[in-house]
Amino acid sequence: MTGLIEKLRQQIVSTQVWRSIFRHGYPDTDLNRALVMFSNVILHLHPVRVKRGALKIRYTWCLGGLTFFMFIILTITGVFLMFYYVPDTRRAYNDIKDLQYVVYFGNLMRDMHRWAAHAMVFLVWLHMTRVFLTGAYKPPREFNWIVGVMLLVLTLILSWTGYLLPWDQLALWAITVGSKMAEATPVIGVSGPFGLQMGMRPDNDIRFMLLGGTVVGQSALLRFYVLHCVGLPLLAGVFMAVHFWRIRKDGFSGPL
Amino acid sequence: MADQTHAPVSPRDPKKTYGLAELVRGKAPSSARPPEETVFSWPDLVYVEFLAMLFATVVLIVLPLLSGAPLEESASADTTPNPMKAPWYFLGLQELLVFFDPWLAGVVLPGLIIVGLMVVPYIDINPKGIGQYNYTERKFAVWTFCFGLALWYIFIVVGVYLRGLDWQWYWPWDNWSLHKEASSVSLIDLEVIMAQKFGMAQTTANLLTYLITGAFYAIGFTIPFLFFRKFYEALGFVRYNLMMFFFMTMMLVPFKVMIRLVFNIKYMLITPFFKI
Ligand code: HEM
Repeated sequence: MTGLIEKLRQQIVSTQVWRSIFRHGYPDTDLNRALVMFSNVILHLHPVRVKRGALKIRYTWCLGGLTFFMFIILTITGVFLMFYYVPDTRRAYNDIKDLQYVVYFGNLMRDMHRWAAHAMVFLVWLHMTRVFLTGAYKPPREFNWIVGVMLLVLTLILSWTGYLLPWDQLALWAITVGSKMAEATPVIGVSGPFGLQMGMRPDNDIRFMLLGGTVVGQSALLRFYVLHCVGLPLLAGVFMAVHFWRIRKDGFSGPL
Repeated sequence: MADQTHAPVSPRDPKKTYGLAELVRGKAPSSARPPEETVFSWPDLVYVEFLAMLFATVVLIVLPLLSGAPLEESASADTTPNPMKAPWYFLGLQELLVFFDPWLAGVVLPGLIIVGLMVVPYIDINPKGIGQYNYTERKFAVWTFCFGLALWYIFIVVGVYLRGLDWQWYWPWDNWSLHKEASSVSLIDLEVIMAQKFGMAQTTANLLTYLITGAFYAIGFTIPFLFFRKFYEALGFVRYNLMMFFFMTMMLVPFKVMIRLVFNIKYMLITPFFKI
C-alpha cells in the first residue's frame, strides 16, 4: 500500500505541471529548505536561517506576526463584505442588516471583521510595547521603529474610517465627535487657535476636507469608504512591505 | 553545518557540491554569530507561525459566537445619543476633553504622541538592552514609556467604563439611566483665583500664569541639568531639550488633571489665542 502511494507521489511530482510550479523537493533536506525560501514569494519574507533565540515565543509573543495576520483576515472578510455593501446613506444600514440576517455567513464575516479590527488595534500596541521593552528600536533599527509608528497611526485610522460604514447611530455620532476635533486643529481648523485669523470657515477648513461637507453625510460616507477599502489598506500594505524588508536588512534583534 | 540531524546536503548533480554563502558587512547582530546558533526557517519558524495563525483563527471564530458586532438604530441627525462616544481606542483622547480644549486634546497632544514616539530611537542613546527584556540597565526609559502607556489606557478605561450621561462619572453600580446633578462646584481659571485670593489686578494675575506655566517647564528642564549632570552630558544639548520637552508635556497631562481635581481650576493659562 505505502509502496503504491509512494509510486503515485513520484508520478505526480515528476509531471511537467508539478515541476513547473515547484522547483524543488519537499523541504526535508538542507538544500531544499534553503530553496523553499528562495522560490516561494511569501516564504521569501523569511531568511533561510533564523537565530535560535528569535524563535522564543516569550520574546516576541508572535505579536507582530499576529498583527499582520489580523490584517490578512480583515482583508479577506472585508472583501466578502464589500460584495454586499453599498456606501449610500439610503441603503448602507440596510445592507448591514442584510448581512446580519439574510446573507449566508454574512453575520460571521461581519463579526470576524469587527473582532479582528479590535484585535489588530490592541495587538499593534502590544507589539510596540514588546519592541520597546526589548530595546529593538535601537541602532540599527531606528528607521523601522518610525515605519512602525506610521503603521500604528494607519491601523487606528483604518479602524476609525471603518467605524462609520454601518451608518447606524453609533457610527454617525462617533465620527461626529472625532471630526469635531479636526475642526479644532490649530491654523487649519475653523475653531482652532489662529483658525479664524487664517480665514478658516466651516466650509473650507480641514474638517470640511475630511468630510466633504459641513456635516457627516453622503460625501463623508463615500470618502471614508474609499479610504477604508482602498486608500489606507494600500498605504498600510506599502508600509508593511518596507517594515518586513527592513527587518530582513537590519537583522532580527532576538536573543541567542 | 550545525544541524546534524538533517540529512546531508543532497546535490542535484552528484558531481558537484553545493554551498550556501552569505556576505555580510557591518555589525548587524546576525553577522557576528556563527551559523551554529541559527536554525532553518523551514520548519522551525514556519510551524510556529502556522500554529499562531491557527490559534488566532480559532479565537476569531469563537469570539463572534460569544458576542457579535453591535448595530444600533439607523443613523439619524435628529436624535443625538447621550453620551456620544468615540471608538474605544480614541476614548482616552475624548476623556482628555474634560481637562483640555479640543485643539490640545484632539490634535496637538495626539500629534505630539506620534512625533514623540518617532524620536524615541534618536533620543534614547543608551546602547544597553538590545534583544532582551532588560529593566535594570534602562530604568528611566522603561518607566517613562510605561508611564505614558498607563496614562493612555487609564483614560481609555475611564472613558469606556466610567463615563455615562452628560459625560458624568458613573460607577458600575450607579443607575446609568438617571442624569446626575451637575456638580455644585464651579471651575475657576487660575488667574481669577489668584486675583481674588491675593487681591491683585487681573492683568498681573494673567502675567503670573504665563510665569507659572513657564516655570513648570523651566523647573522640569533644570532639575536634571543641575542634579544629574551626567545624564545631561550624555545626551547633549539638542537631545536633552527634545527629550525634556516631550517628557514635560507628557507630565503636563497628569499635572493639569491634578490641579483640576484638587483646586477646580479650569484653565491654568489664558492667552488671547488659546487656553491651556
Ligand atoms: C500594522 C502594524 C505592524 C505589523 C503588521 C508589524 C509586523 C512586524 C513583524 C511580523 C515583526 C517581526 C517580529 C515580531 O513579530 O515581533 C516586526 C518587528 C518589528 N516591528 Fe513591527 N509591526 C507593526 C507595527 C509596528 C509598530 C507600531 C512598531 C513600533 C512603533 C514596530 C516596530 C518594529 C520593530 C523595530 C521591529 C524589529 C524588531 C526586532 O528586530 O526585534 N512595528 N513587526
